[in-house]
Amino acid sequence: MSISLIVNGSPHQVDADPATPLLYVLRDDLALNGAKYGCGLGQCGSCTVVVDGEAVLSCMVPVMLLEGREITTIEGLGTIDEPGPLQQAFIELQAAQCGYCIPGMMMSAHALLRRNARPSDAEIREALATNLCRCGTHMRILAAIRRAGELMQAASLPEPEEGRAG
Amino acid sequence: MWAFRVVIVFAAAIILAAGAFFFLAWRSEIPEEAAAAEAAFAPELVAKGAQLAALGNCIACHTVPGKPAFSGGLALPTPFGTIYSTNITPDRETGIGGWSEEAFQRAMNEGVDREGDHLYPAFPYDHFTRVSAEDNRALYAFLMTRAAVKAEAPQNDLQFPLTYRPLLAAWKLAFFDRGALEPDTSQSEAWTRGRYLVEGLGHCGACHTPRNAFGAEDRDQYFGGGEAEGWQAYAINKDSKAPIPWDEQSLAFYLRNGWHEFHGVSRGPMAEVTGNLSGLPDSDIMAIATYITSIMGDPTPERGQRAAQLRETFEGDYLEQAADSQSSPVSASGGSPGEAIYLAACASCHEGQRRQPFGGLNFNLSTAVNAPNPQNIVNVVLFGLPPADGEASAVMPAFRHLLSDQQVADVLAYMRERFSEEQPWAGLVELIANTRSGAHKVTIRPSDGIERAPHNVGAEEG
Ligand code: FES
Ligand code: FES
Repeated sequence: MSISLIVNGSPHQVDADPATPLLYVLRDDLALNGAKYGCGLGQCGSCTVVVDGEAVLSCMVPVMLLEGREITTIEGLGTIDEPGPLQQAFIELQAAQCGYCIPGMMMSAHALLRRNARPSDAEIREALATNLCRCGTHMRILAAIRRAGELMQAASLPEPEEGRAG
Repeated sequence: MWAFRVVIVFAAAIILAAGAFFFLAWRSEIPEEAAAAEAAFAPELVAKGAQLAALGNCIACHTVPGKPAFSGGLALPTPFGTIYSTNITPDRETGIGGWSEEAFQRAMNEGVDREGDHLYPAFPYDHFTRVSAEDNRALYAFLMTRAAVKAEAPQNDLQFPLTYRPLLAAWKLAFFDRGALEPDTSQSEAWTRGRYLVEGLGHCGACHTPRNAFGAEDRDQYFGGGEAEGWQAYAINKDSKAPIPWDEQSLAFYLRNGWHEFHGVSRGPMAEVTGNLSGLPDSDIMAIATYITSIMGDPTPERGQRAAQLRETFEGDYLEQAADSQSSPVSASGGSPGEAIYLAACASCHEGQRRQPFGGLNFNLSTAVNAPNPQNIVNVVLFGLPPADGEASAVMPAFRHLLSDQQVADVLAYMRERFSEEQPWAGLVELIANTRSGAHKVTIRPSDGIERAPHNVGAEEG
């Protein structure tokens, strides 16, 4: 069956069984390999993507529920040449070790920062409660997300106008 | 002349009745005890009190999640308005720092505060009146040795005339049976102990028994199922809908561990209860199970037969024989929309290979699917089961961002039809919409019981 999906702003037509988990379609049909397969059971968070602004576990979501909805994956947050604020912050603070959990972490953080640019540590921990990291980089992940919030706020502040003093 | 006499008699009657009522309603103030909060208690007594406070689940109502433990101020919605729990830390001004043990004993026993005012039965003194003086002493020792926190609870927001506390004397007259339970010598020691724990501090009936128009537990439907914090507290009498009936062993295991292979995990407010019970010795847990299963009674022969079949299917190593669901996603061809969603989104865990408590419960074993009211499944589908902090726990993803009200309703209708012999649920879409919007307020807790809704990561222990 043919299903239309909007991923990172572009429309895609995929031919898949409607019960196929979104994660499989992203990786196998659209070659978006950022989202990772960890458990396939909704327990680790490495497959997290954002759907209409909310973090969801793509291994648990059959594509039939996603017709016409806005899907964002880690590839939608920036490119190698132009990393987005979250990616930049994770690089700056060297928040990844093996990196397997990081796309999921970033997508959960992305959903959080969209609604709250200055989350407290407690709020970050809560939002990322469903994301596991086997390497144990949690403290750096926390720091990177705080940093990303700062970068986003700085970017959204109006540029100081030139040519006017004071 | 005649009319005049009637008026006099009438007035006299009113004055007499008012006098009698006043006499009945009036309680003296117990003087403040300045040194109460500084008193020293034996450590064993305090430790015993801690256990009892956990059994009584005092922290659940007397703490705003995220705020210091026992400092009160939690809003308790009732059909009559909102009541705010009190500060029971030993702060002299805003807590119970000036309460003597006598005042504490009286509050537990009669539902009257130190000043002599009647307490609203949101404080379950209809149960706590069963608690022995000795246990109250330990509770008092525990509470008086907590950190004193200055915190004033907001004013209750109740409809007139309920703001007038002496009226509560009338409520007590009608519904309050004061004092210890009569011993029943025909019963075992374990049963007697279980009854003491369940009927007293445990106050299980406060949630598991429906309430009448006056907010009192309806004794005719004792343990017939009630409500707590937006969740259904299931019937735990003969009307229990558990497909495999509870027995002493399974109930004790569930209360001890927060899950059972034939019943699933405790969640919602019950997660906090099973979490708190971890402080109790095995013998007390077993006693509670003995007493509650005696209330449930033996299942009917048909129910027993069905249960035997289920046991055979789900006992032992059935999971090892099941196909590997992880590598082969099911196909959602044909069937109703609800079936298609169930097979694609739910079955991989709920008919998968992981054992309880980490795998999804097979719905053939689910009380929720058989319950008269679908609220609990709605809550779990929309909000999921958040993971506990710092320990392995059951977890389920929330589906509220993925499924519309109609889609949730479709899934539930399919599950009801496939896994239960009960009538279809009515009004699903509306109930789901109200739960999603918050019109029906639900408390979300992970399986370690710490409240997590919506911006809270647990109460600090004081
Ligand atoms: S792969 Fe989706 S949660 Fe683990
Ligand atoms: S960096 Fe290796 S799992 Fe998180």
